[in-house]
Amino acid sequence: MKNKRSITSRKWTDRLVRAFSIFAVAVAVMSMLWVICTVIYYGHRALRPSFLLNPSRPYGIPGGGIANALLGTIAITFGAALIAVPPAILGGIYLSEYKDRRVICSILRFSATVMMGMPSVIIGLFVYMIVVVSSGHFSGFAGSVALAIIMFPVVMRNTEDMLGLVPYTLREAALAMGMTRTRTTLRIVCFAARRGLLTGVLLALSRVSGETAPLLFTALFSDSWPTTYFSGPTANMPVLITEYATNSPFAEMHQAGWGAALVVMLLVLTINIATRLLIRGQADGH
Amino acid sequence: MAIKISAKNLNFYYGSNQALFDNSLDIEERRITAVIGPSGCGKSTHLRVYNRIFELYRDQRVTGELIIDGVNVLDPQVDVLELRRKVGMIFQKPTPFPMSVFENIAYPIKLHFKLSSKELKQRVEQALRAASLWDEVKDKLKNSGLALSGGQQQRLCIARAIAIEPEILLMDEPTSAIDPVATLKIEELMLSLKEKYTIVVVTHNMQQAARISDNTAFFFKGHIIEYGPTARIFTNPKEKKTEEYITGRFG
Ligand SMILES: Nc1ncnc2c1ncn2[C@@H]1O[C@H](COP(=O)(O)OP(=O)(O)OP(=O)(O)O)[C@@H](O)[C@H]1O
Ligand SMILES: [Mg+2]
Repeated sequence: MKNKRSITSRKWTDRLVRAFSIFAVAVAVMSMLWVICTVIYYGHRALRPSFLLNPSRPYGIPGGGIANALLGTIAITFGAALIAVPPAILGGIYLSEYKDRRVICSILRFSATVMMGMPSVIIGLFVYMIVVVSSGHFSGFAGSVALAIIMFPVVMRNTEDMLGLVPYTLREAALAMGMTRTRTTLRIVCFAARRGLLTGVLLALSRVSGETAPLLFTALFSDSWPTTYFSGPTANMPVLITEYATNSPFAEMHQAGWGAALVVMLLVLTINIATRLLIRGQADGH
Repeated sequence: MAIKISAKNLNFYYGSNQALFDNSLDIEERRITAVIGPSGCGKSTHLRVYNRIFELYRDQRVTGELIIDGVNVLDPQVDVLELRRKVGMIFQKPTPFPMSVFENIAYPIKLHFKLSSKELKQRVEQALRAASLWDEVKDKLKNSGLALSGGQQQRLCIARAIAIEPEILLMDEPTSAIDPVATLKIEELMLSLKEKYTIVVVTHNMQQAARISDNTAFFFKGHIIEYGPTARIFTNPKEKKTEEYITGRFG
C-alpha cells in the first residue's frame, strides 16, 4: 500500500521513548538511593546510645550528642504546627466551601501562592525583625513562628484540595437532613477528608523539619536542653548539622553532623512512609 | 384527596439560564407522585426547590410559591432546617455519612430531638425496620456505613431520612445506581412508606413509574406538559409529546 508508514520505524520510536523514560526513572531512583546511602555511610558510625541520649557539648569537648537538638527540633516543629494548622485548616475550609465568594478567595489563594514561592531565608529575616529584635533575644518560639509561616500556605492549599475531593452530593445529603452549613462542613465534609487533611499536615511537618535558613535567624543554637524555647537560643537539628558538618575543625564533630543528618533523614522518611500508608487507607474507603 | 404540596408558578434560574418555566403542580398527600421526562428537562431542578437545597449555590434562584400545609415555604422567614426535617431527600447515588451504620441514623436524630439513649436506640431500630434493613445490619451497627452494599446504603439513606419524622420524601432517581433485585426491594419499600409519607419520585424508568406511582407529571424543557393519574397518563395521554415520550419515540 502507498503512503503507509513503516511499521519498523514506528516500533523504533516506541522503543526509543520507552528507553528514555526508563533512563529518567533510573536517574531519579539512583540519585535518591545515592543520597540515602551517602548519609548512611557517613552517619552510621556516630549512632551510639550516648549520641542519641547526651546533649551537645561546646566545640572541642568530646562525648557530645544530639538529644537536646532532637528535642528542640520536635518542640520547634510542633510549635509551628500548633500555630499554623488551625488557621490553615480554617482558611482551606473557606477556600473550598465558600468558593463562590470569588474576590476573597482569589485574594487568599494569590497570597498563599506568593507565600509558597517566598524563599525561606526571607521569612527568617522577617521573623528576626518582628520577633527576635523586638523581644531582644533569639528563641525556639521565634523559630516556630518562621516555620509556621512556611507551613501555613501548604496546609491551607492541601486542605482546599482534599475537601474539594469530597463529592458535592455528600454536602447536599447532610444539608437535606437539616444540618447547618457549619456542622455539615466540620462533622461530615472534614471528617470524610480526615486522612487527606492529616496527610497534608504531616507532609508540611516533614518539609519544614529540615528548614535551616529561617532557624539561623531565629532559634539559632545552644548546647543546653530546649528549656529556653521561649527565652533564648534553642538547640535544633538543622543548625547542628550545618555547624558540625561544615563549620567545625574537629573530625568527631563532622561525624556527629552526619549522624544527625542520618537521624533527620530517618525521621522524615518515617513520616513520608506513614503518610503513604494513610493515603492508601483512604483509597480503600475507610 | 388532600393536597400536601402545591407549587405555584415556579420559575427557576441557574444564573441567567432559566431552567423551569411557570411550573404549577398539586401533590396529593400519602400518594406516590412520579416525575418523568427526558434528560435535562428540569426534573431534579423542580424537586430541589421543595427542600430549598438549591440555596447552597449562590447563583441559583427561584420565583413563585411553594405551599406546604398552607405555608409558602419559599418565604425567607420559614426556618429551612425545620423545612428539611419535614421534607427528606434521597439522592441518585447513596450518600451514607462517614460514620457507623448506627450513627448515620442516630446523629441526625440527635440534632433534631432530645432523646434518652434508650429511646434513641429504639428510634434507630424502628427506622431500620421501616426501611427493611434491620435484619441485614443488626449485627453490623458499629461498622462503617460505607461498608454496606449499594442497595443497602440506599436503604440506609431512606432509614436516615424517615428517622427524623418527615412528612414528605423526595427521591431523585433513587434506584438508577442499583441492581434490579435491590431496586425491587426499594420499590416495595416505597409502596409501604406511602401509608405514612407523601412521596415524590423522579425516574427514568417508565415501568417503575407505572408500577409504583399514583400520579405522574411529565416534564419537557422546563415545562410541565401533562399531569394526572398514572393509569390515565400511560394509557390515554392527552398531549402528543407525552405519548411520544412514554412510547419511547424520543428521550
Ligand atoms: N448546576 C447547574 N448550573 C447550570 N445549569 C444547570 C445546572 N444543573 C442543571 N442545569 C440545567 O438545567 C436544566 C435542567 O437540569 P436538571 O438537572 O433539572 O434535569 P433533569 O431533568 O434532572 O435531567 P436528568 O434526567 O439528566 O437528571 C438542564 O438544561 C441543565 O443543563
Ligand atoms: Mg436529574
